[in-house]
Amino acid sequence: MSEVPPKLQILKGAEADLSAATYQIYDESHTVGNALRWMLMKNPKVSFCGYSVPHPSENHIHLRVQMYDNLSSLEALLEALNNLDNLCDTIEESYSSSLAEGSFERWDEKS
Amino acid sequence: MSPSSSSNALPQSVYNPRRHVGIHAERISDVSSTEYPGHYPNEDHSWNLDVFKQNLQVKVQRLSQRSIEFDLVGVDASIANAFRRILIAEVPTLAIEHVYVWNNTSVIHDEILAHRLGLVPLNADPALMEYRTPTGINAQPNDRNTLVFQLKVECSRAPRGSGKEYINDEVKSGDLVWVPQGEQGSVFADKPPAPTNKNIVLAKLRPGQEIDMELHATKNVGKEHAKWSPVATASYRLHPLIVLNPEKPIPPHLAQKFASCFSPGVVKIGDHGEVRVLIDERGMRNDSVSREVLRHEEFAGCVELKRIRDWFIFSVESEGPYEPERMLPEAIKIMREKLSSIRTAAEALLSGGNEGGDIPPSRTEGADVEMADS
Repeated sequence: MSEVPPKLQILKGAEADLSAATYQIYDESHTVGNALRWMLMKNPKVSFCGYSVPHPSENHIHLRVQMYDNLSSLEALLEALNNLDNLCDTIEESYSSSLAEGSFERWDEKS
Repeated sequence: MSPSSSSNALPQSVYNPRRHVGIHAERISDVSSTEYPGHYPNEDHSWNLDVFKQNLQVKVQRLSQRSIEFDLVGVDASIANAFRRILIAEVPTLAIEHVYVWNNTSVIHDEILAHRLGLVPLNADPALMEYRTPTGINAQPNDRNTLVFQLKVECSRAPRGSGKEYINDEVKSGDLVWVPQGEQGSVFADKPPAPTNKNIVLAKLRPGQEIDMELHATKNVGKEHAKWSPVATASYRLHPLIVLNPEKPIPPHLAQKFASCFSPGVVKIGDHGEVRVLIDERGMRNDSVSREVLRHEEFAGCVELKRIRDWFIFSVESEGPYEPERMLPEAIKIMREKLSSIRTAAEALLSGGNEGGDIPPSRTEGADVEMADS
């Protein structure tokens, strides 16, 4: 069994200040890739963001981030991760309160 | 069109054309959201949690002991799709993975029967178990990572006058007997592990035939094999929207025909002095969006079919250990775990100095891991 690749690595060809970089995220797929892409695009400091699944039998995705004003894409990535976490928390809270409120139809399903 | 002001009406904001996906006879339009910073002049569409909180609406609509339907309004497709994908492929369950056959004289082959056994949904709570791993303590089966079942059935002829011909001529999922290992007896005391459905026929026997097997169930996720998927289906659809053109009302003599182009309950034919076609705003939800109305020339320009891009109607059928209302919180929990593992890695990269990308991707290593895992 060979070593497990790092969760996150910066691919060759990134700018030295990380204002433009492609990240390889191990053991992730469209699930995280597309959500992260969307959240990064919501950042006005991001000039370009896209993700790809380079090959279906390689268990990783590529995430390309380019920034305005030579800002760090890694910091934008961290911010997007935090924002997505807040988003998840908000959805869960809202779901729980709807469930607790109990104003929905209950029905008996035969199996 | 001006929607009726009754309490049954949808919020006026659903008529905002920016939220609409167009549905035409042979294509759809405006599929992707455009609300990104810089897309519309003088509009700020950057991420704002408070605005998101204001627009978000999550509402449970129907709940049974096996399935749930809920609305998720105000999120992008990428988020809704992430939850759907996690529900199908990344929420863990337990399923039979190893089958040790001591004896099988039935007509069904060992490997076919083993496959069938793997697909039997089990009710054991995955939170109480650990994953099997290639290395470390969980490389070997132990009471923290493996549930053991026994399947021992022998068919015989029933005594005369008992009203049936055979005893045990059908092997069912209810015949699986859980054999507690180590501390499992106390851990699972509240709810002994068993199949969620006792009536799944696994094999058929005739007198003299028998099956004697030991089954090991492990914890894993649906992306490894569908038998570990906790759901029968997890899907969403976008809320349908039918907009009548006030400039071109439906002629009264065609009202019935118009109504029959939609699912029952969608079109109401009002009769206040004159026959008038109305769309039931709550009934709209159940429309199948069959596009039948677009096939009739007489209705051309009378009506627009749309869907609301950020209104997801989720339907989740739980088939494993989770109650249906627990499915979304589990998916959210896993999403947050994924985010936090990437965040940990990103923080390490940030503090470890920006080496600027001289690390080549380890292709061969990645390939090896793939092979070893499957």
